[in-house]
Amino acid sequence: MQLEQMYQEIILDHYRNPHRHGLREPFDAESFQVNPTCGDEVTLRVRLTGSGTEATVEDVSYSGQGCSISQAATSVLTDLVVGRPLREALDKQAAFTELMEGRGQVEPDEDVLEDGVAFAGVAKYPMRVKCALLGWMAFRDAVSRVVDEVGAS
Amino acid sequence: MTVEPPGVRGQDTAQTGVSTTTAPLDVAAIRADFPILQRTVRDGRRLVYLDSGATSQRPRQVLDAERSFLETSNAAVHRGAHQLAEEATDAYEGARARIARFVGVNTDEIVFTKNATEGVNLVAYAMSNAATSGPEAERFRLGPGDEVVVSEMEHHANLVPWQQLCQRTGATLRWFGVTDEGRLDLSELDTLVHERTRVVAVTHQSNVLGTVNPLESIVRRAHEVGALVVLDACQSVPHGPVDFAGLGVDFAVFSGHKMLGPSGIGVLYGRHELLRAMPPFLTGGSMIELVHMEHSTFAEPPQRFEAGVPMTSQVVGLGAAVDYLSVVGMERIARHEHQLVERALRELSAIEGVRVVGPTETEQRGGAVSFVIDGIHPHDASQVMDDQGVEVRVGHHCAWPLHRRMGVPATIRASFYLYNELDEVTALADAVREAQRFFAVTPTAG
Repeated sequence: MQLEQMYQEIILDHYRNPHRHGLREPFDAESFQVNPTCGDEVTLRVRLTGSGTEATVEDVSYSGQGCSISQAATSVLTDLVVGRPLREALDKQAAFTELMEGRGQVEPDEDVLEDGVAFAGVAKYPMRVKCALLGWMAFRDAVSRVVDEVGAS
Repeated sequence: MTVEPPGVRGQDTAQTGVSTTTAPLDVAAIRADFPILQRTVRDGRRLVYLDSGATSQRPRQVLDAERSFLETSNAAVHRGAHQLAEEATDAYEGARARIARFVGVNTDEIVFTKNATEGVNLVAYAMSNAATSGPEAERFRLGPGDEVVVSEMEHHANLVPWQQLCQRTGATLRWFGVTDEGRLDLSELDTLVHERTRVVAVTHQSNVLGTVNPLESIVRRAHEVGALVVLDACQSVPHGPVDFAGLGVDFAVFSGHKMLGPSGIGVLYGRHELLRAMPPFLTGGSMIELVHMEHSTFAEPPQRFEAGVPMTSQVVGLGAAVDYLSVVGMERIARHEHQLVERALRELSAIEGVRVVGPTETEQRGGAVSFVIDGIHPHDASQVMDDQGVEVRVGHHCAWPLHRRMGVPATIRASFYLYNELDEVTALADAVREAQRFFAVTPTAG
């Protein structure tokens, strides 16, 4: 059944016990994203040290309301990017976006996406892709506000 | 253009085409007219379609009418003198006459639009355009100090156009609140609607709560102070007998695709004397009387409000939908849906952890039942329900302020129609329990 493929135990774990949840200071940029079709929303803050794409992602904090997919995807995001060079974090963002927009045809690289590979099943449900990408869009948007070389999308 | 009578076999229909029988619907016979209801979804599951509030399915008779029109009589209406143009115009205007009769008004009081949203915008923009029109448009003018009253339970389509009108004209937007039970709070009707109120725009039946609003007192008060009443009838016209003239509203909108008809066709009703005085919204071909290089004059309504080549096969399809509904009988449809809602409220309320958002009694209540499940986001719940073949809508249903008022970010909505069986309500309740089991929030599962 596809439903179990979508709701992997990893996703439900992140949903029930989200990592790095809550809004923290200090932060360099904040982004508020909303999914207008369902009303889900996330506010996400990014703290960077260093400059440009050579910076390191020091912290990502967030709050919001949404379904298990959007909440879990944001929790996984923090695991993937915190403590990493920004350049690498953006590569992961691109890889995750490619996976989600691949309609189930993209084979995820576990070395790059770690727990993020659990979302492969979500990609088969086009109406839920936006849920998985909401936090990632907020991350990209926040970074683009403080790093000139990074565009908003 | 004749339309094959609906295949509701073995049921009495009067000569007028309007059924007066009180017998229950033969739902199996009705379902046989809807090809899509025969399909399965998600690995062979029986389709339980409970999203007619968003869009309804179409019977063979409607599909056939559109196709037959296109195969035999298609032409641009109100143009040309050839035979096809004549037949197409007859089909188009014939459908207008039947649609008008269906909602108890005169043929020239019916304007075709792209959808109901466009109908509301047509009135709102005509009101802005009144600022630069002649004295006949005086009563449509709005400015600072004037007020528009809506309600907190409006669909965005009957809220945002009025916000925008107020922004363009400097008028002020006010609204009726909603009670905890999901009813319109009319306790301040007389102070909210006063001499400076120019428009009162409300829904007949909430697309989320199912609440049917008491129009009589609203219309009486609005007319007492000279305000125009605009009715969103999208959720009422498809589901029971509605008579706009009897209700006394000034304008009303509804959409074809929610009442067995095609998408791309909406209807605006306007009292004739108002349509005659109202300036146009969209301008161009078909809506003119005389055109010079310097200026133009406009056609009488309804043509004044139908610029460009209109939606023809869609209008023919909607005419067939109205015929179908009339033969089945709107009273009977309303009674059938009442039964479905009664059972849905009973079965859903019996599930621990489920809360209905909206009236829990069936009086003055239509066929939309929204609810939330403790511990499960509506999006997640609907995914499991969909896996069971139960197709419901989740989200804020284009009524975001209402959801804020009711204290929920989103709801799950089941909405019914004439083709829904009583056992589909049980399938709904079973699917809810399955969602609770899947996400392990069933009280008994600890």
